Amino acid sequence: MPEFDTLAVGDVVAEQSYHLTRDTLVRYAGASGDFNPIHYRDDIATSVGLPGVIAHGMLTMGLAVQPVVDWAGDPARVADYQVRFTRPVVVDPANGADVSVVAKVGQLDADARAARIDLTVTFADATVLGKAQVRVTFA
Amino acid sequence: MNPELQGRTFAPTSPYLVGREKIREFARAVLATNPISFDVEAAHAAGHADLVAPPTFPVVVQEQTLAQLLAEPDAGIDFSRVVHGDQRFSYTRPVVAGDELTATLTVTSVKSLGAHAMVTAESVIVGEDGEHVVTAVSTLVVRGDE
Repeated sequence: MPEFDTLAVGDVVAEQSYHLTRDTLVRYAGASGDFNPIHYRDDIATSVGLPGVIAHGMLTMGLAVQPVVDWAGDPARVADYQVRFTRPVVVDPANGADVSVVAKVGQLDADARAARIDLTVTFADATVLGKAQVRVTFA
Repeated sequence: MNPELQGRTFAPTSPYLVGREKIREFARAVLATNPISFDVEAAHAAGHADLVAPPTFPVVVQEQTLAQLLAEPDAGIDFSRVVHGDQRFSYTRPVVAGDELTATLTVTSVKSLGAHAMVTAESVIVGEDGEHVVTAVSTLVVRGDE
């Protein structure tokens, strides 16, 4: 568990890369119950104007917070988490997709002993989430 | 998209019992590694009654409320045109295995943006005791004819 009093705005607290494959999407579909076929069928994805099968936005949101959970040491310390979905993550059937997450301290609330952690989530050199913010509370 | 949806509150969903194996399955699916979502002893050692769900787990419960919204006869929402705009989870306490959760949906906003419409759906999720656990807010963009 990190010490609240040692944090400074701008500190990078976690960095992580994830390799997604079609298997990852199938597993998330089953676990979440989101069986929208744009997440496993290229023909349907392209018919609605996508370049191919894309990751569930909620999968990207779900994995992007994990480096913060590991840094904080407990998922229960995440009091609030929000994102905006700005670009799709296209998952190639053979090569998958690589998503990287950088988590930085965006704001500190000394009275509440809470930190706002800002996430930069990137795929193919472009950010895929906007205003991705995690509020982490400290004991 | 029917603007009169704004302010409408739906019936509470039937209770959702959060299972240990469901938490493990969901945690694996979002590539979680923290032991508090997998190992009951680790959860106990951290002071929790049981496994703690990953932060985005309530989407599983919220899903039931979004299904209510899409099925509303006068809503006029074509599911094939819906794009997820943004998402938020605001917690009072974490979700723990053994929780029995009930969600109540309110449509807090309906806006038109040219041919598109934006609907904000707020699902308030409470425990068996009726106390607040987490609120899940989704903004859905319904694309109009191009």
